[in-house]
Amino acid sequence: MRFSVGDEVRVRWATPPGHVRTPYYCRGLSGRIERICGQFHNPEELAYGRTGDTVVTLYRVRFQQKTLWPDYTGPEKDTVDIEVFEHWLETAQ
Amino acid sequence: MSHDHPHHHDHDHDHDHPDPHAPRKDLEDTPPTYHQALADAVAELLIEKGVFTGGDLRNTIEYMQGRTPELGAKITARAWVDPAFKAKLLTNAKEAAAEIGIDTGPAPLLVMENTPDVHNVIVCTLCSCYPVFLLGKSPDWYKSREYRSRVVRDPRTVLSEFGTDIAPQREVRVHDSTADMRYMILPMRPEGTDGMDETQLAQLVTRDSLIGVIEVSAPA
Amino acid sequence: MGGLDAGPVARTEHTFEPWENKTDAIVRLLSNPKSGPLMRIDELRRGIEDMGPGIYDELTYYERWIASVANVLIEKGVIHVDELGRKLEEVKARHTPASSPEH
Repeated sequence: MRFSVGDEVRVRWATPPGHVRTPYYCRGLSGRIERICGQFHNPEELAYGRTGDTVVTLYRVRFQQKTLWPDYTGPEKDTVDIEVFEHWLETAQ
Repeated sequence: MSHDHPHHHDHDHDHDHPDPHAPRKDLEDTPPTYHQALADAVAELLIEKGVFTGGDLRNTIEYMQGRTPELGAKITARAWVDPAFKAKLLTNAKEAAAEIGIDTGPAPLLVMENTPDVHNVIVCTLCSCYPVFLLGKSPDWYKSREYRSRVVRDPRTVLSEFGTDIAPQREVRVHDSTADMRYMILPMRPEGTDGMDETQLAQLVTRDSLIGVIEVSAPA
Repeated sequence: MGGLDAGPVARTEHTFEPWENKTDAIVRLLSNPKSGPLMRIDELRRGIEDMGPGIYDELTYYERWIASVANVLIEKGVIHVDELGRKLEEVKARHTPASSPEH
């Protein structure tokens, strides 16, 4: 497990073809680990009928609305929590 | 399985038949649409191949039809009257629900509590993940492009379209159910319900309040 | 689809039809570990994405589901195109009143 609750992380910018579970709107952006959900088979493999031998840690990352949408007009405190698999995350600079 | 004959494919079904006892269109004469026939064909082939039995299929349909928002309402009412249950619900929802005989389904469930400081709402922007074991099949609007695209970007406006105005001092927290978790909202118990018992409280809880698009109101 | 432009949320819902309930049950049985699972929800989703973005406007929710189920099961060799074609005709014929002319 590479990250702990409270760590600031950045979702990698990547646009592979095929099935992914990382929403486009949070790619390349930073948030904080809200909780560790556990370990799951990688849906990017499951989607093609493969289970793979390894499991991936799934986190919930909390993003500020203003980070996701710079033109967000609501209060600063508003947030979005998104489930992101570990291989999509890197330590925020 | 004559009761399984497909009929017309109209999303405004109820509007076309305001009287539930009115005679329905002659089902036998309505040819199935391509996708209705495909559902029958796939089901029959899988039964013939022994993947599952007709009984499995009927039992599953029946079981899923028994999943209704009453289950989520029952959990909510218990959490409102039993602090220990609520604490467990927020940390281990599956076990808490099992204590009162409710199956939360194969996916892990997270229950998010609305408080005077935070209002929570759920969406799945990637497909339409939904706590089907607690609320039944999701409404069409939950699966719509409009809800899924806008609630993550402009939640306060979407909530106001449901008649829910969240005070600016409360945080609005959107949960995008993108992977393996399923979510249910634990709404706030409305003021003026102190004298109500668990059964009466459960009747106040609506499906939409468990999705987080509305709040629970006290009876008028 | 998060963040894309779209209009107000129309609060629509409908009573699920028997074939929709059946499709839902097929998916639950196939994705149950007891069946292997023969087909996971991730494969169902991927199958829908493979139909292209236009599919969201062309088909309803459970139409997308059953179309994806059929494609994925064919791909995995669980069912074959030929037997599905024959079975579809059999199903359609069952709903055609004997007195009515062919097509």
